Amino acid sequence: MTEPDAGVLPGRVGTSPARGGGRARVTGRQAYVADIRLEDALHVKLVTLDCARARIVAVDASAALAVPGVRLVLGAADLPDPMPRFGPQFQDRPVLAVGETRYHGEPVAAVAAETRDAAEEAARLVRVTYEELPAVSTIAAALAPGAPLVQDPSMRPGDPLAASNVLREHRYGWGDVDGVTADVVVEGTYAFPMVTQFAIEPHGFLAAPDGDGIAVWSSIQHPNWLQRVIAGLLALPLSKVRVYAPDPGGGFGGKQHAKYEPLVAFIALRAGRPARLVLSLEETFQAVRRGAAEIRVRSGFRRDGSLVFRDVEANYLIGAYADIADRTVAKGTYTSCGPYRTPAARIVARSILSNTTPSTAFRGFGNPQQIWAVESNMDEAAHALGIDPVALRLRNLARPGEVFIPGDTPADGDWARTVGRAAELIGWDTPPAPGRGRGIAVGLKSGPTTGLSYSTVRLLADGSVVIHAGTSDMGQGARTIFAQIAAQELGAPLDWVTVVMGDTAVVPYDQQTSASRSSVLMGNAVLGACRDIQGRLRAMAARLEGVAEADVVVDRGEVRIGDRVLPIRDVLVRGLGRLGGEVIGVGEMRKEADPDHPLGGTAAFFEFNCTAVEVEVDRATGDIVVARHVTVSDVGTALNPSQVRGQDEGAAIMGLGHTLMEHYILDDGGRIRNLGAIDYRIPTSMDLPLRLESDVIEHGDGPGPYGSKGMSEGALLCVAPAVAAAVRDATGVVIRDLPLTPERVWRALNEVAVP
Amino acid sequence: MTADLDASVRIDVTVNGRPRSLEVRPHHTLLDVLRDDLGLTGTKECCLVGECGACTVLIDGVSVDSCLVLAAEADGSAVLTVEGLASGDRLDRLQAAFLETGAAQCGFCIPGQLMAAHALLAANPRPSRADVEEGLAGNLCRCGGYEQIIEAVLVAAERLGAAS
Repeated sequence: MTEPDAGVLPGRVGTSPARGGGRARVTGRQAYVADIRLEDALHVKLVTLDCARARIVAVDASAALAVPGVRLVLGAADLPDPMPRFGPQFQDRPVLAVGETRYHGEPVAAVAAETRDAAEEAARLVRVTYEELPAVSTIAAALAPGAPLVQDPSMRPGDPLAASNVLREHRYGWGDVDGVTADVVVEGTYAFPMVTQFAIEPHGFLAAPDGDGIAVWSSIQHPNWLQRVIAGLLALPLSKVRVYAPDPGGGFGGKQHAKYEPLVAFIALRAGRPARLVLSLEETFQAVRRGAAEIRVRSGFRRDGSLVFRDVEANYLIGAYADIADRTVAKGTYTSCGPYRTPAARIVARSILSNTTPSTAFRGFGNPQQIWAVESNMDEAAHALGIDPVALRLRNLARPGEVFIPGDTPADGDWARTVGRAAELIGWDTPPAPGRGRGIAVGLKSGPTTGLSYSTVRLLADGSVVIHAGTSDMGQGARTIFAQIAAQELGAPLDWVTVVMGDTAVVPYDQQTSASRSSVLMGNAVLGACRDIQGRLRAMAARLEGVAEADVVVDRGEVRIGDRVLPIRDVLVRGLGRLGGEVIGVGEMRKEADPDHPLGGTAAFFEFNCTAVEVEVDRATGDIVVARHVTVSDVGTALNPSQVRGQDEGAAIMGLGHTLMEHYILDDGGRIRNLGAIDYRIPTSMDLPLRLESDVIEHGDGPGPYGSKGMSEGALLCVAPAVAAAVRDATGVVIRDLPLTPERVWRALNEVAVP
Repeated sequence: MTADLDASVRIDVTVNGRPRSLEVRPHHTLLDVLRDDLGLTGTKECCLVGECGACTVLIDGVSVDSCLVLAAEADGSAVLTVEGLASGDRLDRLQAAFLETGAAQCGFCIPGQLMAAHALLAANPRPSRADVEEGLAGNLCRCGGYEQIIEAVLVAAERLGAAS
């Protein structure tokens, strides 16, 4: 640990104190949802079918009900008619499948029993008579004329696309793509497979009758959104739905929106007892994934490397229900021109329903697929133009303050510096070691387009602080950041600050924990609440000292009156007087919607990252070794450098997962054949780059506290195109499909080798 | 086949230094018994096939995936879980190093990482980076916090070396 500068106390902004909640995490005391024991809770097990799509003929629960300890078997017939449905974009997901299952693993029924053993035993004994139906599980099959429809057109009233599997088509653009002339046009189609979030904590849900309402515990990222869903389904006022959201054991987007909480709530109310459902890892594979994509990119350049147009057609294969997937498509493709000034653009993006796991948010939110395509296309363009890949990017990068997407936020960083730093760290201007190849790519992601966060901060009588913030701390370290802000502003030692999260009955509203927003949006709400307290302290000090309020300055934990400097605590103790009490501050941060914007709002900020890698490719096996991996992000200000590093390096390694090894394998019927940890590999400590270096660019130019920007997704965005470019540099083969498994690389190498 | 869900066997185990006599179901794993019967929920459940390492504990000093060990097999042995690492409020050197290097992000894999690291350092007090990578290869971290986890183990090893 470095010594703090004079005037900077440990724990203040810009330092790296131990994580808030860190002690509980290293002692095993952190209680995740599955660790919470409710007296008398029933154990729930889902009943599913081993096929992608089926007509449910009959459900016979008699054998299941005969298992000792089984209390109820809930089927669609036991739920209100019509079946209650929910979803963040479309209310299309039923609490239980009704009439038909639409993806492999969709629950038909649920068993609730006194023990987990009994629930599991009984779930196996629920006899479902069903008729397997033709399923679509690829983009081609879903778009084929006469393809079976994943959603009944009656579910999509008034929708002109209802008779197809296209849920939505998004069109963006400017300029005249067909009218401009380009010297060189580079075209390719790039594929990104289905991958899953694989949080090490499987999703867990508990529900219990709570007076005249209900309490729900969930490993959810958006407790307030869940509260609204449950209240709507149960026709309860929000105040009668209490959502507890313990820190998730990893979320990565897969825990943003309601999944089986409504089902567990119905069971708890029906049984009049608490109920718990903790998914197996296999069940989480069937609950959440990232959208697969096939993206055709045409880019036109002048001979000097200037981009003159980009034409993108993106097809994303989403699942059987929309969840937030269509939004990932809309938002992920909107930035298809990347950080480049592009005189003409045409972007068509489709979210296509299929009989597969509902895809949802996953770190990067639709962008990694798009960036895989357009940045691979950029690398091919560099080769076609005979221009260095770094130079090509620098030539086209938007300058600070330049509008690069008409009608949206101008470039909010000096991105050339980020690219320059990555190039410098990898030694771009010197040749790689013999046998190695280098690649570089950039990633840009639009931050939140709307936002609403409230925070209450309480300065207690002894100068200690309690912060209420509705963010979910799923590992990104929001607790630490908020505590650092309050410590800085209110002069409290960091270990005198408590951050309360995850209880909708106590903590004020927060829209959601997503889009790397929390440091910026909730951070500003916390800062606002601290400033509110500072205002009250100013009035207090003026009264105590007999001076005008205007003569009192409260800043960074101190009260200053002329030359006199008083610790906040002195003013507080005297000001509160004999009754004591506390000073309460309220902060609110809004980012308003813009109904005329194609996404409903401009970017609060952009995440920008440049990744450069050096690889070795084993020509005999196709195995790729990432010898060096450099990741540089523009973060505005690193509020906690250790946590920033954790997010950047973690995102980089997660990116290597979908780049090198991860993908669902489906059979022809649409069943997932590699459910679980044995057959679906994610990076381990043996899969790390031989050398991983992360760095940040800090210009204090973000909209968050102290000039910070959101940053938790950036380092994942462009890993795949950087690695593929390095593979090309090392071997000469261009690969446009992920993941770059040894088999795929070997096949590509051998096709090249065959004369 | 319908299992006899009510059968039980008696086992005597020492868990975190405390002798326990338990009636356990023959098909229950050590993980089940730690979490459900003893309330030691620091040991985590994820893959249940011995691939993720979240449930790693030490049996007589050997690191195992407790999801793959029947509780009955642990009869007569000494089990150490994450709850047994700290002495009162004092963290052990690995826990302290994990906290210092920022190794714990979401934290869900951390108990397993700590136990695997514990076993590694017991067998190899001066591991190289490659030794640590290999020693923790069975413990997945989806936050991708491997660099800071490896750093923590090396820091803890260095301190042990300095102390001895």
